[in-house]
Amino acid sequence: MTAAAHLLPGFADPVTDSQAVFRATLEALSRPGTVLEVPAALAPPAPLSPAAGAVLLTLADLDTPLWLAPGSGSEAVIEWLAFHCGCPRVADPGHAALAVAARPGGTLALDIFTPGSPTRPEGSTTLLLEVDDLAGGPPLTLAGPGIDGTARLAPAGLPEGFAESWRANRALFPQGIDVILTAGRHLAGLPRTTTLKEG
Amino acid sequence: MSDQPPPDSTPRQRWMAALARAPRRRLAEAVAALDPLPEHTVLRPPEVGLGLVRGRMGGDGRPFNLGEMTLTRCTVRTSAGHLGHATIAGRDRAKAELAALLDALLQEPARQPALLSGLIAPLIAEQAAARTACQADTATTRVDFFTMVRGDE
Repeated sequence: MTAAAHLLPGFADPVTDSQAVFRATLEALSRPGTVLEVPAALAPPAPLSPAAGAVLLTLADLDTPLWLAPGSGSEAVIEWLAFHCGCPRVADPGHAALAVAARPGGTLALDIFTPGSPTRPEGSTTLLLEVDDLAGGPPLTLAGPGIDGTARLAPAGLPEGFAESWRANRALFPQGIDVILTAGRHLAGLPRTTTLKEG
Repeated sequence: MSDQPPPDSTPRQRWMAALARAPRRRLAEAVAALDPLPEHTVLRPPEVGLGLVRGRMGGDGRPFNLGEMTLTRCTVRTSAGHLGHATIAGRDRAKAELAALLDALLQEPARQPALLSGLIAPLIAEQAAARTACQADTATTRVDFFTMVRGDE
């Protein structure tokens, strides 16, 4: 009863809200560098951001093993996801289809996640990386499919050495993980095809 | 199909079953009679889905899939912090929400006795009577097959 007393609602209208969030996620991943606002009202339990919560409610279900980085999932988050998504949690990030991590200032190795296999590159982990803000941080120059020339993105609160580990992830193509950066109600996509340059 | 709750069912299972089978009007009347109307948050809005009904021939034997049926489920939380769940047959969303709300209210010690005696007990009695009547009706059409003893032995 104690934990249940704090269980928070999910989407007000699960069908239309999750379709709208799916569309926004798709848009973010097809146009890297674009910052989008989540088109649904949602107040997930702390420390999950509304954007990460909305993407999880949209993408996670019973067949989506989820990994929560230490510090990214409180009891309330775990219970909320269990109630609304029913997604299994895995202890090994290498078995996760979806992962949530927040490491402002810390380090996060991207090779702990599965990059898929050569025959099933779509089986890789999709990482929801919680950052402090999607603007105002050190500028990054993005290039690749979905970008006309180059795009600029300045996320604040990325893990240390993210650009370096992203280069290694980019080299695995067609394998590799996809990242969705989330901050507050905003999200930006970083698919495995995108190259990052600092500055 | 057996409508009888298993003998080891808990009181909550029994009232949830009674609420799920009750007509919507009865649930609406019971909620309207509460004063003041209890505040509640809908955690899972009523949603319609399918459930697979499985059976066993004669109560044992191998389970088989009888077919799918439409279900509606809903979860609410009252201001007292109780979670109420309901899964009902059919697609009556309003009834699913009423049943979930009543399930949550029935968990409140202050409200439970009145609701149990005023709503749940009559519902269980009516449902049992309807079931007995239906069984009696069906029993008149029963045909018992047997083999006549042959006279050649």
